Amino acid sequence: MPKRFVAIWFRHLTTDWMVRCQPHLKGTPFVMAAPERGRMVIKAASAAAEAKGILPGMVVADCRAIFPALQVLDDKPGQADKLLNALAEWCIRFTPIAAADPPDGLILDISGCAHLWGGESQYLKDIVTRIRGFGYDVRAAMSDTVGTAWAVSRYGKIKPIIEPGCQLDALLKLPPAALRLDAGILQRMEKLGLYQVQSFINMPRRVLFRRFGQNLLTRLAQSLGQEIEVLQPIQPILPYQERLPSLEPIRTATGIEIALKKLLETLCQRLIKEGKGLRTCIFKCYRMDGNIQQTGISTSRASRNVEHLFKLFGIKVPGLEPALGFELFILEAPVVEDVLPSQNVLWHIKGNRSDTEIAELLDRLGGKVGMNTIHRYLPDEHYWPERSVKTATSLCEKPHTAWRTDLPRPVLLLPQPEPIEVTVPIPDYPPMLFHYKGKLHNVVKADGPERVEQEWWLNEGLQRDYYCVEDENGARYWLFRAGHYGCGEPKWYMHGFFA
Amino acid sequence: MTQLAEKNDVIQQLQKEVLSLQGYKRASGSQSIKTGLGLMERAFPGKTFPIGAVHEFISNAIEDTASTNGFIAGLIGKLMQGGACLWVSSKRTIFPPALKIFGIEPERIIFIDLAKQKDVLWSIEEALKCESLAAVVGELNELSFTESRRLQLAVEQSNVTGFIHRYNPKSENTVACTTRWKVKPLASVTESGMPGLGFPRWNVQLLKVRNGKPGSWQIEWSAGNFQHIPKQVFSIPEIQTLKAG
Repeated sequence: MPKRFVAIWFRHLTTDWMVRCQPHLKGTPFVMAAPERGRMVIKAASAAAEAKGILPGMVVADCRAIFPALQVLDDKPGQADKLLNALAEWCIRFTPIAAADPPDGLILDISGCAHLWGGESQYLKDIVTRIRGFGYDVRAAMSDTVGTAWAVSRYGKIKPIIEPGCQLDALLKLPPAALRLDAGILQRMEKLGLYQVQSFINMPRRVLFRRFGQNLLTRLAQSLGQEIEVLQPIQPILPYQERLPSLEPIRTATGIEIALKKLLETLCQRLIKEGKGLRTCIFKCYRMDGNIQQTGISTSRASRNVEHLFKLFGIKVPGLEPALGFELFILEAPVVEDVLPSQNVLWHIKGNRSDTEIAELLDRLGGKVGMNTIHRYLPDEHYWPERSVKTATSLCEKPHTAWRTDLPRPVLLLPQPEPIEVTVPIPDYPPMLFHYKGKLHNVVKADGPERVEQEWWLNEGLQRDYYCVEDENGARYWLFRAGHYGCGEPKWYMHGFFA
Repeated sequence: MTQLAEKNDVIQQLQKEVLSLQGYKRASGSQSIKTGLGLMERAFPGKTFPIGAVHEFISNAIEDTASTNGFIAGLIGKLMQGGACLWVSSKRTIFPPALKIFGIEPERIIFIDLAKQKDVLWSIEEALKCESLAAVVGELNELSFTESRRLQLAVEQSNVTGFIHRYNPKSENTVACTTRWKVKPLASVTESGMPGLGFPRWNVQLLKVRNGKPGSWQIEWSAGNFQHIPKQVFSIPEIQTLKAG
């Protein structure tokens, strides 16, 4: 596809922004100044101030002499870049590839976008009128190359849209500065009397290289489309992304849901074609006033089921605030995985049901109460009870080792062992009776001890001697003694309850 | 005699109709599921353990909770048959490796640990609507009639078996569950003269059962099955010498 670019030039970027913030400044001559080498130097001047002959780079004191009523405001360094980034992000509604072009411009890669607005002139008109609507004084131009679009937006006088392949004609009458050259080269050209591009463009390249260096040749080639210029988009382009611009701003929940469903359908169709499913998905809504509302979901397994994904989003849609209305919807899938054909591994579901339903149920639960509440456990090769299970990382993970059944383990295990008081006849015997939560239990039957040592490579501490005991009511407990007799009084703990 | 037989037929037919009107249906595939409850099954309508219903368990002490969990685990082990089970709770103390002896593959159980009772109820209801699950266990304190009614309606659609385990409820209020159970531990019995603990034994009380006969049984979990024990065994107090194994 032939490339097309739009360059946008903000003639008074920071001052226009100031007027947006403080409307009473509108039409008044004012400047933004910052200290530089011990004096205040003008960084930006409003249109009215420029009409008085006050230009950026002058010293404030000199300007006061020209025009005493001049208002001077502080210039924040970095403000222009911040504004450009925000504007570039706003421009994503026109094209997915928008780049900031410091200090005062934007570059949009509009290849294949203009027809959505009914032609290039309509498209450019829409961009310019909308940015002007914000109060920014802009000029924009469209061309096959970034260089020519840039040149025409700054210096062009005839028409903003350069037909495909006509870059050379457009550049001929423009000054050399339109080629984005360094100040040094421009000065030399001025001295030599090269005031227009046409006066040197036909010179042999060898001569130009000797006089002005490689930079000029690169810029010329870039402007004419002989060399590729790479843009740095403000947002990286995701491979799985769907866009839906709307003619009228959408404010109702039904409208948003229709848009979401449409996007999901196209995205899922594409995923099905490529044999993939999405794990996370982000729904972005661009609001009329420049705000971007977004919400996301994640699934426990690669999914491309429109109904299911729509249900997951269903809880989140009411949280979006349309205010004046959304004009663009974008659906992105940042994490995409291959869908494995053999999924029915862990559970053998009866009938014609599949375990995708379970995965979808978990997604629904996870979407509402958080994915970190869902656990599944696998055996781990440790004797230490707390370490004998590990959390499964995915829904399909199977245990590598068998569950042990040769040692008695309680149905209920306290998260923290609770200290108890015991009476023990002789060391290494199970207790005769114990107090737990203020209640006395007489031990009738007992089994043990089962010694579990600390794993020194994981944790330092005392070993445990576990006893299974049964009291006179038939209730069965799992107690342990931490440490040996002989080195201090060992402590006893309650750790679990048998069924 | 023929008249009597006809009468019985009519009564049985009517009973079936009443049961189906009350939301109790015997799934066509459920014949193959044997809970192995033996004598106890006579208490249930149709003489089979109700599948696709919500069972309510009440326990007041933590020892009873452990026994109740054991009993539920035994039932789920029979019901799962390789399927999946969801275990929703707010303060979970279940130790997955212990479930293995009740015939459950612990990795097949998905635990959902929530902080709020409201979320627990919502999750149980969502889970009960999912037909791919074999069983759902919900652990909570309070359950109102309305809430239990919602669970019952969800189950009637999906035919999933639900187990609601209420720990220390403020009141044992009426709920729309099919059954109400209480399970308490019983002293285990070892072979004469042997030290140590025997198989887990419980006193299972079926306090309420819709269209059935409540009762009380004493059962033991051994060799992967429920075994009934004759009551007279417990009339003789056990005398055991304390010995470490």
